[in-house]
Formats: sequence, C-alpha cells, structure tokens
Amino acid sequence: MTATPGLRSRSTRLVGALALLAAAWVALLVANEHVWRALALAVGAEGALAGAVEFFVYDSVKILLLLVGLVFAIGMLRTTLRPERVRAFLEGRPLALSLVLAALLGAVTPFCSCSSIPLFIGFVAAGVPIGVTLAFLIASPLVNEVAVVMLADLFGWQLTAAYVGAGLTLAVLAGWGLSRLSLERWVEPFVLEAPVARLTADGHRPSLSERVEAARAETREIVGRVWRWVLVGIAVGAVIHGWVPTDVVAAYAGPDDPFAVVVATLAGVPLYSNAAGVIPIAEALWAKGMATGTVMAFMMATVALSIPEAVLLRRVLRPPLLGLFFGAVTVGILAVGLTFNAVF
Amino acid sequence: MQIKILGPGCRNCVALERVTREAVAELGVAADIEKVTDYGEIAALGVMSTPGLVVDGRVVLTGHVPTARALRELLAPLA
Repeated sequence: MTATPGLRSRSTRLVGALALLAAAWVALLVANEHVWRALALAVGAEGALAGAVEFFVYDSVKILLLLVGLVFAIGMLRTTLRPERVRAFLEGRPLALSLVLAALLGAVTPFCSCSSIPLFIGFVAAGVPIGVTLAFLIASPLVNEVAVVMLADLFGWQLTAAYVGAGLTLAVLAGWGLSRLSLERWVEPFVLEAPVARLTADGHRPSLSERVEAARAETREIVGRVWRWVLVGIAVGAVIHGWVPTDVVAAYAGPDDPFAVVVATLAGVPLYSNAAGVIPIAEALWAKGMATGTVMAFMMATVALSIPEAVLLRRVLRPPLLGLFFGAVTVGILAVGLTFNAVF
Repeated sequence: MQIKILGPGCRNCVALERVTREAVAELGVAADIEKVTDYGEIAALGVMSTPGLVVDGRVVLTGHVPTARALRELLAPLA
C-alpha cells in the first residue's frame, strides 16, 4: 500500500487517539470496581437500600462501558460485512454448509429488524434457499453482540458459550427442518418475481478512518437504542436481588418444573424490544433460584419471538409459513430450556 | 438532482431524510427528494439494509445514517 506522507501521519494520529481511548476505557473500568464502595464507606451509607443503589450504579456503569467498548471494537472489525456480501457467501453452497454459514453470519451481521424484509427479498429473489434465509433471520436477533456482552458479564462465559451454541444450533435445525418442505408456495408471489439489482462490491478496502467512522456510527446507534432498557433492567434486577426472597422463585421455577419453561417462553414474547433490559432481570431471577434452562428459554423468547417481527414478516410470508416459522423457533426454545435444565 | 430515500419508515429512515434535507439545503443545490417505502421497489434497487440513499438512479449509501458532514462530502461531487 502506498500512502502519501500526509495520509500516513493522519492514520498514525488516529492509532494514537484509539490507543489513548482504549487506555481511558480500561482505567474507567478499573476505577468503577473500587470507587463506589469507597464512596459508600466515605458517606457512611449502609443497609439494603444503600447496597441496592451501589449495585445499580456499579453494574450500570460497568455494562454501559463494556457495551460501548465492545460494540465499537466489533463495529471496526465487521465494517466490510454487509448483507450483500453475506448473500454472495451463501449462494450456491450445499444445503448443510449454507445453513451453518447462514447461522454464523446471522450472528455477526449488524441487523435492524426494519431491514428484515428487504433482506429476505434480496436473499430469496437471488436464489438463496428460503430455509437458509430463515436460519439467518433466526440467528440474527438471537445471537448478537449486546446479548453476548451482557450475558458474559452477568452469567459468566461458560453459560454465554452455551447460549451462543444453543442459539446457532436452533437456527440451523429450524432452517433445516423448514427446508424439508416446499416453501415457495407460502411466500408472497411478488418476492419471487422481484427484479433484483446487484450492488457490486467494488473491492474497496475500507481505510482505518472509515472503519472508525462506521464503528462510531454503529456504537451510537446500538448503545443509543439500548441504554435505557439496560438501566431499567439493572434497576429491576437490583430490586429483585435486594428484596425478593430466594425460596419464592425457586419454588415456582425450580429445575424440576418443565411447565416453568413453557411459561417463561410465553412470558418472553411481549418483551421483544427490551432484550437488553431483560438479561439483568433474568440474572436476578437466576440468582434467586430459577433453573438455568428456564432462564435461557425466557431470554431466547424475548429476542427471537416478537409480535412486530411477525407483523413485518407477514408482508412476505403467507400465514402457514409464518406459523411454521414461529412454531419451529418456539419448539426449539422449549427444547433448549428443557435440555439445559436436564444438564445444568 | 433526483434523490430517493429508501426505507419502510423506521426511525433511521426518518433520520436519513432529515439529514439529507439539511445537507441539500446547506449545499444549496436543487434537489427532488422522494421517499420510497415499497419493499419490492427497495429490493429491486439491490438494497438489503435500510435506510438507503439513491442519487440520480445510483445507490450511494445503505445500512446507516451518515453524519451531516459525511453526507455533504458524499453529495457535493454529485451536484
């Protein structure tokens, strides 16, 4: 690569600025570990309420810092991963491989639910099998960076890995199951007839400053959308931690109750857009004795099953396929919940 | 110039329209701004992540709302 001296010094400055920001980020994370305790001691705050407030402030700052840092880092790495490129990856592969690829790409592709319809049309009209497209649409909200960051912080990395593995498996199996049927008859005809122009990738490699700009925009968009729910979720979680007795939750939603998994899945459906807020609440319920699989089913249902998503998809899917799609995801979530309850 | 804002009407599409109107006003160019909300039409242009921006029949941006400055820099040479 040949860069003019001016460009090179600009990108050196940018690297320096990024390093400084990273150092400041680490310093803030470390400070957050100590400052609130010290502050509580200094003002002599004690008791359940002070403890809950301290927990709330500490956890909110920590999770928001983690989200900003990691969403930004991931945003820089995936600047080039647009849906147009994902489609090129998926076209003309054997079914099993393309299902696995669709689930993995769904997990790492930035995705807003208002894009799901153009994306569906773009994939299907270009010849990507409908089952593969649906696997992508399942994995995309189920496994995403906000959920992963919050799960890892609150539940630890083993359970996070199990969640990601279960989510990807669910997407692949549901996509595979659906692809056994001939789905074309249940897709609105205009999708299959849509003339699809191609935005050709021009082979342009994004420069560092373009990556930083894209990552900044993405961080602003994602964190700007979820921060309120994060705060609400942590606040409710703090209340549960502080005042709900342990045996109440354990008695109703302990590991021996398969019915609790069903209730948790159904309870997750109306909570769709607040997934970032649901995870801290789920963690508090888990700490109070709710079984691991039941908690997993609850979280998966909040992100994967939503009524607005169904309304959107109705534009392209006829009712039998819409029902099958959500039915398959629901069965998958129940299976994940029951399996986790049996294993953990 | 002919500008089309592609998007079903979500928050980002509204934001893109606002930023575009601002940029056009600041650049002082004459532009026809039209909103495209039909999914078939959006897909036909090859756009899979909304919002999208089309200038004189060419897709110049998809999938995010640019800053006002970035959009001015993008539109200035096309005017």
